[in-house]
Amino acid sequence: MPLLSLIVFLPLVGVLFLLLLRGPEEAVARNAFWMALWVSSVTLLLSLAAWFAYDGERGGFQLVEENLWIPQLGLGYRLGVDGISLPFVVLSALLTPLVILASRSIRTRVRDYMILFLVLETFMLGTFCALDLLLFYVFFEGVLIPMFIIIGVWGGPRRIYSAFKFFLYTLLGSILMLLGFLYIWSAAGTANIMELAEGLSLDPVTQRWLWLALFASFAVKMPMWPVHTWLPDAHVEAPTGGSVILAGVLLKLGGYGLLRFSLPMLPEASEFFAPLVFVLSAVAISYASLVALVQDDMKKMVAYSSVAHMGFVTAGMFTFTRQGVEGAVFQMVSHGVLSAALFLVVGVVYDRTHSRLISSYGGLVRTMPRYAVLFMIFMLGSVGLPGTSGFVGEFLVILGAFRVSGVLAFFVALGMVLGAVYMLSLYRRVIFGVPGSGAPLSDTDWREVVIFLPLAFLTLLLGVWPGVLLDMTGPSVDGLLSLMGR
Amino acid sequence: MLASLIVLLPLVGSLLAGILATRGGIRAFTSAEHDTHNPRDTRAFRGRDIFAAAVTTVPMILSALLSCFLYLTLGDAVIHETLFTWIRSGALEVSWAVYVDRLTAVMFCVVTLVSAAVHVYSLGYMRGDRSLPRFMCYLSLFTFFMLSLVSADNFLQMFFGWEGVGLCSYLLIGYWHERGAANAAAVKAFVVNRVGDVGFALGIAGVFALFGTIEFRAVLGEAGEHTAATWNLLGFDVPALTAICLLLFVGAMGKSAQLGLHTWLPDAMEGPTPVSALIHAATMVTAGVFMVCRLSPMFELSAFALGVVAITGALTAIFAGTVALVQNDIKRIIAYSTCSQLGYMFFAAGVSAYGAAIFHLTTHAFFKALLFLGAGAVITALHHRQDIRAMGGLAHALPLSCAALWLGSLALMGVGIPGLTLGLAGFFSKDAILEAGWAAGGFTGWLVYVLGLAAAVLTAFYSLRLLFVVFHLPQDAAAAASARAEEEAAHADTDTHEHDAHDEHDDIREPSRWMLYPLGFLSIGAIFAGAYLHHDFVGEHAAEFWHGALSYAHDPLAAAHGHIPFWVKLSPVAMGVVGAIAAVLLYFVMPARRAALTTKFARAHRFLMHKWYFDEIYNLVFVRNTWRAGGLFFRGGDKGTIDRFGPDGASLAASQWGKCLRILQSGYLYHYALAMLAGLVLLMGWMLIQARF
Repeated sequence: MPLLSLIVFLPLVGVLFLLLLRGPEEAVARNAFWMALWVSSVTLLLSLAAWFAYDGERGGFQLVEENLWIPQLGLGYRLGVDGISLPFVVLSALLTPLVILASRSIRTRVRDYMILFLVLETFMLGTFCALDLLLFYVFFEGVLIPMFIIIGVWGGPRRIYSAFKFFLYTLLGSILMLLGFLYIWSAAGTANIMELAEGLSLDPVTQRWLWLALFASFAVKMPMWPVHTWLPDAHVEAPTGGSVILAGVLLKLGGYGLLRFSLPMLPEASEFFAPLVFVLSAVAISYASLVALVQDDMKKMVAYSSVAHMGFVTAGMFTFTRQGVEGAVFQMVSHGVLSAALFLVVGVVYDRTHSRLISSYGGLVRTMPRYAVLFMIFMLGSVGLPGTSGFVGEFLVILGAFRVSGVLAFFVALGMVLGAVYMLSLYRRVIFGVPGSGAPLSDTDWREVVIFLPLAFLTLLLGVWPGVLLDMTGPSVDGLLSLMGR
Repeated sequence: MLASLIVLLPLVGSLLAGILATRGGIRAFTSAEHDTHNPRDTRAFRGRDIFAAAVTTVPMILSALLSCFLYLTLGDAVIHETLFTWIRSGALEVSWAVYVDRLTAVMFCVVTLVSAAVHVYSLGYMRGDRSLPRFMCYLSLFTFFMLSLVSADNFLQMFFGWEGVGLCSYLLIGYWHERGAANAAAVKAFVVNRVGDVGFALGIAGVFALFGTIEFRAVLGEAGEHTAATWNLLGFDVPALTAICLLLFVGAMGKSAQLGLHTWLPDAMEGPTPVSALIHAATMVTAGVFMVCRLSPMFELSAFALGVVAITGALTAIFAGTVALVQNDIKRIIAYSTCSQLGYMFFAAGVSAYGAAIFHLTTHAFFKALLFLGAGAVITALHHRQDIRAMGGLAHALPLSCAALWLGSLALMGVGIPGLTLGLAGFFSKDAILEAGWAAGGFTGWLVYVLGLAAAVLTAFYSLRLLFVVFHLPQDAAAAASARAEEEAAHADTDTHEHDAHDEHDDIREPSRWMLYPLGFLSIGAIFAGAYLHHDFVGEHAAEFWHGALSYAHDPLAAAHGHIPFWVKLSPVAMGVVGAIAAVLLYFVMPARRAALTTKFARAHRFLMHKWYFDEIYNLVFVRNTWRAGGLFFRGGDKGTIDRFGPDGASLAASQWGKCLRILQSGYLYHYALAMLAGLVLLMGWMLIQARF
């Protein structure tokens, strides 16, 4: 059974049904919601099936599907997952139904909203499953389109500006990446990622040019300093669901790309540019954390914290140590859970008051105790407290970084302090203190609790028993490092 | 199995109380339904509270009993139970484990006994609090983290406990979350501790880089083979072991509030008093001392790191002692005293007298918890007034509390008779530490010995000052009025009116039984712990007692045993007497001189009142600049530079170019015709020129 194809394209099938919905507007909206929820839930179940079908100890690419498309040109429809991509498949499949559940505040064009999220899901899953350069490129760039529309249509007041900024930034990188892919494909005569990872050996100078071309795209997606400024704007203007997917999955595409292409295919160039990446990561961590401190908009603060956390990812990845790379992957998954949860947390109060300003809240614990507990868990995860998922990734990265340079490790660890400063002060200002003058807000309802529970569970599970994920990624990371000659 | 049970029982209690706290309308997790601003009305227990109290306190007492049993039966054995693997990544393998040797067994007893006492005490102190289950949940959770810290078999589990106790400390300091000051103190405590934890985390990374493992036994066993290893840091070659020890010690400084990273501890007194007793006096703040002792075989290999430990400790002892002389908040005085005593422990560790450090840790846990809980009794009786200037002459109204505070203070001052081995708990342990300092000799040894003696004078003075002002001297009306005004100003932001109705001393009562039993229990510890333990901990056969849990390679006490002159044994007590005489003179014999001295040395007094200006300087240097940098990066960096020249610049340029080009596209035929003509002319002209040459 072509499990991966089923996972990738099931949401598109759902889209077909959504298009066929007819009737009064309200009924269509309600049916669209349930349709999308069911389709994405089944996709989640299928992705879990893939998780269990994958033999973690063996590692390597499994569940591979291969159909040659244009054999003369080496292009084909190739899907497959390894221990690095599979966690992201599950993450994407998990976040989509949660986002759909959280879409209660969407009142206009509900069906279109659902359609776009299902299309988005197909593209996200496709990106992580694709094992062909062309296919990857199509999915990778395809993600842009639904997200662009989601921000542009359901966003806040400055949505057009933000949507275009987002588009411009990412498009710039994509063009260079396409050129890079074309070069690799013509040089190797195949677009098969599995073959390329093992067999592509280019001379160092070419590698460097190609590396820069790919890096331009991945760095924007990441986003790394200094090409990060699209992110706060996009987050602030996007509807809650958009922010969740943006932070939870889209930011991982860059890191995934680096792991899938730059490191194995261009190893010499990766080593050559590692110091550059370290400097950018160190700057990103301290700079973004400091900027997060002075924000008065909750979403912007979480957005800047994402930039800082992604700095951990790049720093860990380019240490080329087992702990560093595994920590980077872990950090990406953990951040996918935590940042998604934090944007949902912000969404809960935004739905009630339509304000994102920290100063318009205070003393929420009085009337929203459940909310306070959930927020606390995610806040602590983001701060990287041992026992939460945030800690494992950060700590592994510090271990890896220390082997490369004490100074780098220091800057990475500095993020731990600054992260505590801005997250705790956010929590303090919103949850504790004396309530503001407005009407008291109602606590999380059952639907919101259902959304948060899996995320809270994952935060703690990955913190206490990270083996669930590390056992999956370990062999694949080892394989990657051995390809690099490490 | 037994050892795991000791660790897990508090966790079970905590989870049960936590579930209880979140259920039952969930109101418990907050003070949601309570309408007044007084979180501590004296209503009776409700059913849920009783249940929460039972599910936390009973396991805690059980755990304490098991700990004592374990301590008495352990002998020279080592229990090592591995529960399951936590993190495995390549060469890194970290387990959840319970590792019990003598050192852990001692810590188990200290932690569980004090914790059990505090659990019981809290039932009285927090009586009627709206969210008692939440409070008990945090207390038990704290105990669990603390126990997993001391029973770790590897650095990372220790770090887990380390940050976990920090979390509970944060939650408990900010327990009364409607008070701005409490919230600020909670965040400050977490962040300052995080600064130290960065050192700890980097130290662990260093250990892994050097040893390839982070298991204690492997690391401590192999440490001797790596003495020659160096790392290149910014061009300097630093000895790796020293670097690791110093990084780890930064972590210890943060947790144990040593000079430089101590600023959070006095502020932490915003939390409920039982919390101050358990976390900020007896257990959590001693984690740093425990860490240095646990890693003693490694610290032994770096003389430089040990010197830093010793001198930091001695300076902290002096610094905190001087600040305690002039403070007016009863809890802050005791907090600075804690800080100072922790300094003693570090300086003992720094001169390789680890047994003495743990000995002082143990006795200090009892008498300092006693002091705090006694202070809590006074505070409750006075309806949560903490300024000692507003107290006075309470000895008659509160005889039992007075006795508890006197006993705690005398134990702290180290009262005893040298030569007869007769004395209170602090007598034995302080004596051992100062003797160790003397016996260690050398520059460091003498320096810390002298500083330690000076700190002993200060200890006696500030302890007696506290007792005199609170219990025996009549209230100074003018001072009391200014104290009240200050307090009201401080609490203005939270509009707490709880004091207003209770300004007179007429309804001052001794605390309830729940609070008295723990005081009695801790008194026993404060009296006898020293006499009972000193043979084992620092006696002639201490090395055999610790059985490898502590390094005895260079223990000064063992080396100098029997050769310590009598004047050295006498000196701590003599110094205490000096301090005591000074206090009696200034407060009873000639109180007028006190005011004269204060005005004469106004500058020094202000310096001490402002706690050496640490907070002010940190605010100026770190806090303000951090925020300023954030603002600068945001406005100048993101908006001013990256956006301006990046996407916004590009789109602006594009639209302006577009405007320019638009002029060309006028739509008039004759414009286009002219342009075509011009083009034709140019083209033909160029071709002609080409043909010519």
